[in-house]
Amino acid sequence: MARLTPDNVTVAREIIGRYPRPKSALIQLLHLAQQQDGRVTDEAMSQIAEMVGVTSAEVLGTASFYEMFKFEPVGRYMVNICTNISCLLLGGEELLHHAEHRLGIVPGQTTADGLFTIEDVECIAACTEAPCLQVNYRYFHQITHDQFDELVDDLKAGRRDDIPPHGTLARVRQHIPADRRAGAVTPEDTDVPVWMTAPEEAQA
Amino acid sequence: MTVTDVPKIISSRFDDPVGHTLAGYEATGGYLALRQALGMSPAAVHDEVKTASLLGRGGAGFPAGVKWGLTPADVWPRYLVVNGDESEPGTYKDRLLMERDPHQLIEGVLLACYAVGCGQAFLYVRGEMAFAQERLAVALNEAYAAGYVGKSILGSDFSVDVVLTWGAGAYIVGEETALIESLEGNRGMPRLKPPFFPAAKGLYLQPTIVNNVETLANLPWIITNGGEAFAAMGAEGSKGTRIFAVSGHVRTPGVFEVEYGVTTFRDLIYAPVYAGGIRGDHTLKAFIPGGASAPWFFEEHLDLPLEKGAVDRAGSMLGSGAVVVMDETTDAVKACLRIVRFFARESCGKCTPCREGTTWLENILQRIYDGYGRPSDLDLLLDVSDNISPGIAWPPKQTTICPLGPSAVSPIASALTRFRPEFEAAILRAEEARLSVSVDLPKASARA
Ligand SMILES: Cc1cc2nc3c(=O)[nH]c(=O)nc-3n(C[C@H](O)[C@H](O)[C@H](O)COP(=O)(O)O)c2cc1C
Ligand code: SF4
Ligand code: FES
Repeated sequence: MARLTPDNVTVAREIIGRYPRPKSALIQLLHLAQQQDGRVTDEAMSQIAEMVGVTSAEVLGTASFYEMFKFEPVGRYMVNICTNISCLLLGGEELLHHAEHRLGIVPGQTTADGLFTIEDVECIAACTEAPCLQVNYRYFHQITHDQFDELVDDLKAGRRDDIPPHGTLARVRQHIPADRRAGAVTPEDTDVPVWMTAPEEAQA
Repeated sequence: MTVTDVPKIISSRFDDPVGHTLAGYEATGGYLALRQALGMSPAAVHDEVKTASLLGRGGAGFPAGVKWGLTPADVWPRYLVVNGDESEPGTYKDRLLMERDPHQLIEGVLLACYAVGCGQAFLYVRGEMAFAQERLAVALNEAYAAGYVGKSILGSDFSVDVVLTWGAGAYIVGEETALIESLEGNRGMPRLKPPFFPAAKGLYLQPTIVNNVETLANLPWIITNGGEAFAAMGAEGSKGTRIFAVSGHVRTPGVFEVEYGVTTFRDLIYAPVYAGGIRGDHTLKAFIPGGASAPWFFEEHLDLPLEKGAVDRAGSMLGSGAVVVMDETTDAVKACLRIVRFFARESCGKCTPCREGTTWLENILQRIYDGYGRPSDLDLLLDVSDNISPGIAWPPKQTTICPLGPSAVSPIASALTRFRPEFEAAILRAEEARLSVSVDLPKASARA
């Protein structure tokens, strides 16, 4: 699979419809493609380009700026270990080194079985829970080396179905029911919003 | 020690197991402020926020009520962009506000849109925060179904869509103009201000208010209790409460909502109800008062109140409410290197002094740390720093489009001024090691 499935095309159209300009949906559609394939493929990028009305090069131009988008296959589990200041002070680098030894790879590499990729990442906003990491962007706080090993064993044995494969972020998406929708406001909609014009008494 | 008994304004539902649900939120006063606001004029809602003197919680500390007033009159549409990109090292509060009390944020967003007249709102959540995205999606879906968001809110003529948007991994996108670029589907590179002040020319070049998650989360309380009640808490220019994350070498690291302006750094770091003091038998070496971009503080700054003016005058900033505590075991060179590496990695590359300068700062610090430092390196660090931020002063001057470049100078100026002997020792060790090995070794200057 590389182009978006029909179901995902439906999701994509719903997302595009929420924005005043289609291109604003670009990053959301790249996430959708990555959710489907575990990475962002060239085919998906050209399809997204068509959907939002830009060139494939523009899609790649945007996509390549953002670290979460992967263009080559990565492991089923992306293990992101924070080594920024708060974690550094409490063993973040040691945790990273432990993970490297345990999995036999360095940051950026994927294990031969295709299960794990490690990244040495910047602060993930869990600083009071150092040292910490994320697996497919799910948090693990105050991780000891033993706990890390257990986590790896559990993931290998398929015991962590609470962690979806790489590419899936939130498992619930926003959905705006048609009858509740206020509608996207484009820059061409230059009318004063009604509630800003109503006389004071009418508001009370 | 001062531990004041002001109410929790924004973290009141953090420990409530159902606080994130619509039922849980409504049961604890949720959406009453919205109902109340709909009976007031937009201008009256805006006035309450001005009275509250609510300072922005995203880093710069600009008063929200004033910012809202900077939109040019009669230019429509206006947009609201919620900055949930939290990624300043040491900062941990917006994620909790989104995960544990999503409806409070949504209500804050609605109040801001109502007051300013924003036709649409975009809630930009950091890409790496899958759980926050999920909680907000569920909350928005609930709120739409219940008539709190969308068309004709609660039967009134107030209509606004709140669109949940995910980032994709880039610290710089937290900067408001870069965030806007990202929302337009572009690479997250900042725009030059002026002319691109978002309030005047933001999203699609329309007037746009960018506010931080914590800033907006305060609004329901302010409307329910009044701006004056809010302004009665805190001191001088810093009103209300604020969430601080205290991390690093403390006994009980944590996230604490405290009264602004009254509580001191000493309270926050040492009080048993907060971080409980330095771990073990260790002593304080330095602390970062407001995120990795902030110049470091030391023992003599402990009694400063958590108040914007006081901290600014002392040469640093409260920034994003991130207090990182380092004890005497901390290697100043290493800590400095790690923070500088962060800025070098996250530079968007648009300005030469930042792109080249931060990379050089990292390289020089790395070679000092690795034992290849040269005696001239310390002056070189200051020289490169001076090119990024002339005068290495506080508040920083900048030769760059955004403040990221100058931020990389903060840890260097701090560490080098205070702990210069540590840097010199690292360089001296390197020299001695080379001299003691063999005369045949290449000269130090040929090594790096
Ligand atoms: C490099 C850089 C990164 C920033 N990151 C964030 C961030 O992650 N979250 C945030 O709210 N503000 C961040 N800011 C500040 C925003 O530009 C902006 O001032 C803020 O979102 C405005 O909201 P406030 O007035 O409510 O604080 C950052 C600024 C810079 C220069
Ligand atoms: S200062 Fe750095 S991050 Fe900011 S715009 Fe310039 S290059 Fe980009
Ligand atoms: S420094 Fe590691 S989570 Fe913030």
